[in-house]
Amino acid sequence: MSANDRVSVATAWLDGCSGCHMSFLDMDERLIALADKIDIVYSPLVDAKELPEQVDVGIIEGSVSSEEDLHKAQLLRKHCRLLISLGDCAVNGNVPAMRNQFKLDAVFDRAYRENVSFQPQRPTQGVPALLERVRPVHGVVAVDVFVPGCPPSADAIWYVLSELIEGRIPDPSQVTKFGA
Amino acid sequence: MPLPAPQPQVRVVTLKIDGQDVSAREDETIIEVARENRVPIPSLCYLEGLSVWGACRLCVVEIAGTDRLLAACSTRVTEGMQVITNSERLQRYRRTIVELLFAERNHVCSVCVSNGHCELQTLAQRCGVDHVKVPYRHARYEVDSSHDLFRLDHNRCVLCTRCVRVCDEIEGAHTWDVMGRGTDCRVITDLARPWGDSGSCTSCGKCVQVCPTGALVRHGTSVGEMTKDLKFLPYLSRRRHGQ
Ligand code: SF4
Ligand code: SF4
Ligand code: SF4
Repeated sequence: MSANDRVSVATAWLDGCSGCHMSFLDMDERLIALADKIDIVYSPLVDAKELPEQVDVGIIEGSVSSEEDLHKAQLLRKHCRLLISLGDCAVNGNVPAMRNQFKLDAVFDRAYRENVSFQPQRPTQGVPALLERVRPVHGVVAVDVFVPGCPPSADAIWYVLSELIEGRIPDPSQVTKFGA
Repeated sequence: MPLPAPQPQVRVVTLKIDGQDVSAREDETIIEVARENRVPIPSLCYLEGLSVWGACRLCVVEIAGTDRLLAACSTRVTEGMQVITNSERLQRYRRTIVELLFAERNHVCSVCVSNGHCELQTLAQRCGVDHVKVPYRHARYEVDSSHDLFRLDHNRCVLCTRCVRVCDEIEGAHTWDVMGRGTDCRVITDLARPWGDSGSCTSCGKCVQVCPTGALVRHGTSVGEMTKDLKFLPYLSRRRHGQ
């Protein structure tokens, strides 16, 4: 726990639709209760740009599809005591991993040549390089808690966070499943 | 593997399932007796009303006196038998079986027509499979949409052969078979011709209803819309087998 006895939480958004973060916000008024118990120290939901040295809980939405995703997953693993895979993309690759049935070149051709009429070209600047295969988060770093669902319901996220705040390891299969 | 017909004079045996004393007819299998006594044993290929296949191994149980794990669907009860259905070892094996099923083909529940109504998905949740530890294969499998009413998606097939058995044993058409080995193993219609060209299929839809996953579905269903109805099976099975 951090110095002020609140649980510090960092979240990251890799290759996902942001739906899991939206579902987090869907906790509605429970967010106010949560704000008394946790500090969100790094997240697409807050301004902080730097991940603190030591964070209690890291939450990752999305699969690992690009160099940047890989870097973020490793960064959170390094600095977070406990890492949560939130949502099907993080847990099993989900829709982003459907491209794994094809070679990366074929995926690029489909997206940036075959279906493009104006200046078809493969983007190289200002975008992270895609990995040959999309992997779930635990395919690249160790994960402690898995919360499947697309997205996991606000109730499921509330249950998982409440259990962690109380110092218990949650069993997400009680409240969510693949595709839920 | 059809079970032999019941003998004319059937004795009653007593046994223990998870420490609970139960009695049963000696021609019953462990899974039947367990379910009669509300002891849940997970299964996938087993379906009451069809012949026993014993392939998915989800229903394995421990029996005192033997180190071998036995499939509850294809093992008959015997006098004094002591059955354990849910030890930690069994739970671990079942989770592994389910994980391998998810890793072998392509299951994307969030966009699957059977999302929310799928036996494999429910099984994963019940067995506590919240992630798959082995790497996914992500191999390509075909979809056969040639039938007027139904679609076959090999990506979602778990090779339980329920479709094969119901079509042969209940409908009497024997449209389905199994072909190939290992990861190439797949269900086929007629002699591996497109389902829509099948001369034997009567379009009765029984295979679609018994399929535990989104592998066999009705055309025109969107995400989560495919529900299945197994109510016809016990009735037709009894009529077929003259009981
Ligand atoms: S068949 Fe079942 S387990 Fe497979 S993707 Fe569809 S809902 Fe999920
Ligand atoms: S629709 Fe009926 S006849 Fe056709 S393959 Fe399925 S079970 Fe067999
Ligand atoms: S198509 Fe369905 S019923 Fe047939 S083997 Fe595959 S999963 Fe089982």
